Amino acid sequence: MHNTPTVTEQLALDHGLTGDEYRRILHALSRTPTFEELGVFSVMWSEHCSYKSSRRFLRQFPTTTVPGGPEILQGPGENAGIVAVDDDLAVVFKIESHNHPSFIEPYHGAATGVGGIIRDVFTMGARPIASLNSLRFGAIDHPRTPHLVKGVVAGIGGYGNCVGVPTVGGEVYFDAGYNGNILVNAFTLGTIRADRIFRASAAGVGNPVMYVGSRTGRDGIHGASLLASREFDAKSEELRPAVQVGDPFTEKLLIEACLELMQRDLIVAIQDMGAAGLTSSSVEMAGRGGTGLSLNLNKIPTREDNISPYELLLSESQERMLIVAKAGCEQDVQAIFARWDLQAEVVGHVTDDGLFRAQWDGEEVIRIPIPALTDDAPVYERPAQQPADFAARQQLDISTLPLPSDYGQVLTRLLTSPNLASKEWVFRQYDSFVCGNTVVQPGSDAAIIRLKGTGKGIGLSVDCNSRYCLLDPYRGGMIAVVEGARNLAVSGARPVALSDCLNFGSPEKPEVMWQFQQAIAGMRDACLALGLAVVSGNVSFYNETEGKPIPPTPTVASVGILSDVTHHVTQWFKQEGDLIVLLGDTQPTLGASEYLAVVHGLVAGAPPEVNLDQEKRLQQLCLTAAQQQVFSSAHDIAEGGLAVALAEACISRPEGAMGARVTLDGNLRPDVLLFGESQSRVIVSLPAASLPLLQTLTHAAHIPYAMLGEVGGSDLIITDYLQLPIAHLCHQWRTALTQQITGVRTSTDQ
Amino acid sequence: MKWGIVTFPGSLDDRDSLYGLGTVLGQHTVNLWHKDRDLKGVEAIVLPGGFSYGDYLRCGALARFSPIMQSVIEFATAGGPVLGMCNGFQILCESGLLPGALVRNRSLSYICEWTRIRVETTRTRFTAGCSAGEILRLPIKHGEGCYVTDEATLKTLKDHGQIVFRYVDATGQITESANPNGTLHNIAGVTNKAGNVVGLMPHPEHALEAMLGGEDGRKLFLSALAH
Repeated sequence: MHNTPTVTEQLALDHGLTGDEYRRILHALSRTPTFEELGVFSVMWSEHCSYKSSRRFLRQFPTTTVPGGPEILQGPGENAGIVAVDDDLAVVFKIESHNHPSFIEPYHGAATGVGGIIRDVFTMGARPIASLNSLRFGAIDHPRTPHLVKGVVAGIGGYGNCVGVPTVGGEVYFDAGYNGNILVNAFTLGTIRADRIFRASAAGVGNPVMYVGSRTGRDGIHGASLLASREFDAKSEELRPAVQVGDPFTEKLLIEACLELMQRDLIVAIQDMGAAGLTSSSVEMAGRGGTGLSLNLNKIPTREDNISPYELLLSESQERMLIVAKAGCEQDVQAIFARWDLQAEVVGHVTDDGLFRAQWDGEEVIRIPIPALTDDAPVYERPAQQPADFAARQQLDISTLPLPSDYGQVLTRLLTSPNLASKEWVFRQYDSFVCGNTVVQPGSDAAIIRLKGTGKGIGLSVDCNSRYCLLDPYRGGMIAVVEGARNLAVSGARPVALSDCLNFGSPEKPEVMWQFQQAIAGMRDACLALGLAVVSGNVSFYNETEGKPIPPTPTVASVGILSDVTHHVTQWFKQEGDLIVLLGDTQPTLGASEYLAVVHGLVAGAPPEVNLDQEKRLQQLCLTAAQQQVFSSAHDIAEGGLAVALAEACISRPEGAMGARVTLDGNLRPDVLLFGESQSRVIVSLPAASLPLLQTLTHAAHIPYAMLGEVGGSDLIITDYLQLPIAHLCHQWRTALTQQITGVRTSTDQ
Repeated sequence: MKWGIVTFPGSLDDRDSLYGLGTVLGQHTVNLWHKDRDLKGVEAIVLPGGFSYGDYLRCGALARFSPIMQSVIEFATAGGPVLGMCNGFQILCESGLLPGALVRNRSLSYICEWTRIRVETTRTRFTAGCSAGEILRLPIKHGEGCYVTDEATLKTLKDHGQIVFRYVDATGQITESANPNGTLHNIAGVTNKAGNVVGLMPHPEHALEAMLGGEDGRKLFLSALAH
């Protein structure tokens, strides 16, 4: 008999459970749980694992095949979503958060976030071929920010570079709203043969359950329940032992060994031991299969002696997988892992009793009906309420704002502000070449990778404007989806599906629940209008510190398909003399803009409106034009408005900047015209000979357009507002972030 | 020509080298496994990039003790052409097939970007098809690509024309700003005295197709074919 604490209601509260939940456990078991069982309930019923506050809202998303769209082979509920590219090939992808660990221990927090999402993808049988990430840090001048940025970027690179999956794109934002709670959202996409998909559903009574990969240590215990499912306070630093440590070398071996294993007919199911480790992988596999599962905990390979059964069940040690093998195939499985110097042990078997059972020294320490941990877990209808200051924050009288005296200075200031400055300092720390598929490297609206041997390509973008979401979560959620799809469409990739990472504050706050519901409704409406399916994702609540929630941040990772990858389009001007054309309408809006925040210090006003019908026609126009190779370049207009988008088209060209001469007409205020963020607008450049074709397309699509000027010269000239030497502007834009991150000395710098 | 591409545990660009040499350049390729000694009759060997054995201890330090490396060393000593790229270069230095060592980048950060290198000698198996002074555009992606030697070794390298590639700017000049990682004398690659073993930090296997950014890497592999 091993010694364990006596289970009481107080002990349950210490595990993050509520008193009601503890009584629910007593009822489900008709007895007092063992210490180990209490640990299992606490992680499986945690917000992070159970989605108890969010589950009923997530059902609103369209998750199945859209008429005329590619087949959705797997929607939410598995390790990752799957979309068919053609009859033979499919892509597997998911985005996931690793926010709290990254704030506490930025290098390993971010690194293990990358490792976890890569495992989710190869677990389904796919070879991971591209990663993205979405990062949100506090204000650039907050004392902690440089340390966190350096640690997170080094962690993402340290893991991704070593495991051999290229990081091909992403986004990085800075906002004081994340000072006490940064966001690290990691996305990976893999390719798979459509007839070789592996799912995580334990079947076949008597089949052996095998443990493969790294040995189990004491790291990451209660990561899911105490770290991911609670807000931060002054004592959060003490949670550092709950952060896992990653080993990308072992993960690389696991990828190769698992993919080799899946070439043969040896296993029934496979799942990553992610959040809540051995417990969740066992319970979820048995839950999906409608079976039971029994483990002999003495068989689990361990890193050190005297690890208790409680720790074995809850450890989040990385680079571990649980496999249900076909009976009789154990030795073949072991041989494959041995070739890669990895251990594979039989640790249990599938049962027909619907129970999760675990033995330790011959004693049964766990005996829980699986449904109590999965389908019958608590689901909450949390109260939701619009924040009291919602209407007030949308008020914005721009007539009271002074007009800038020097628009060139304002444009320079915007382009050197941390959110708009080049992210080169970040991306050059990531391997974007490995796998040999990267057609468009980080720095354009969407990353483009080719699919070898098919002539096809995939477009990838990750987006969210959290200022929009703060001021109007419905419209902000909608724009996150719309902008992601637009980034793909302007790049020539037809948007087909997305994965979402919903980062919010505490769901126990009615205002946060309201933000969550509104954001989902906006995303849903955009998906329905644009014909997009949500195939995977995760929810990250409790992103707050000392009672202050982060701005709502529903990050959207969008995936599009190019039927001919050579027809991709990049955002930068390419040819002197090309015409510059604006597609779409400019509305009289400055609400929620980057300009207001950077120049006037204002986070106010309503985010720009979206006409979903017009948006859809605009995206279709861009796709048709890309297929017919009408454009030299196409660039979505986003943060910073028309002037920033024009400047980016001039200065983001990797081979060197190009100037432009532009004339803007209209009766709008100059700052609205230059820096307003009206949606559904694109800047394109094209040879003069292609103009009639573009006019035919815009006419057919009922999309307004305006001739702005032409590419060329050594300046960016916007008549009658500004003239800036392009080489100097490019240098300022490229070096601004490096200076701001590495120039700020912090106590942790050596 | 039959090429052998070695896979160590933690090799990453081995698959890209197999694809590049096989599918793009139409060569006969075989994968060589680190636990084997059999070179399967190959006529040239590629040691790919990556993090062999996790690069634990020191980059390339463990890979040199693998069974396949004993065969590679015999093959190289007998005059067989061997190209080490990135981690492959590090392994060649650790194995003693090439002089010098590679240490952490001056910036202390991993760097991934396109660079330009100048061909300093055509008297190697992998630059024989280039012209002296030719500039090649190849990507780098490494954290430990700063080449170092002692003064005596550097003099030997210079005296025997063993410096194969140096980082240059767009006009072909050797400048401080063209040096991405603090490497000695802008050195990007070196050869042995016989010219059959070449190591470089840039990745020619990632510069074989125009769609992926450039084709200059072909020249290294095609050089080996011409002889």
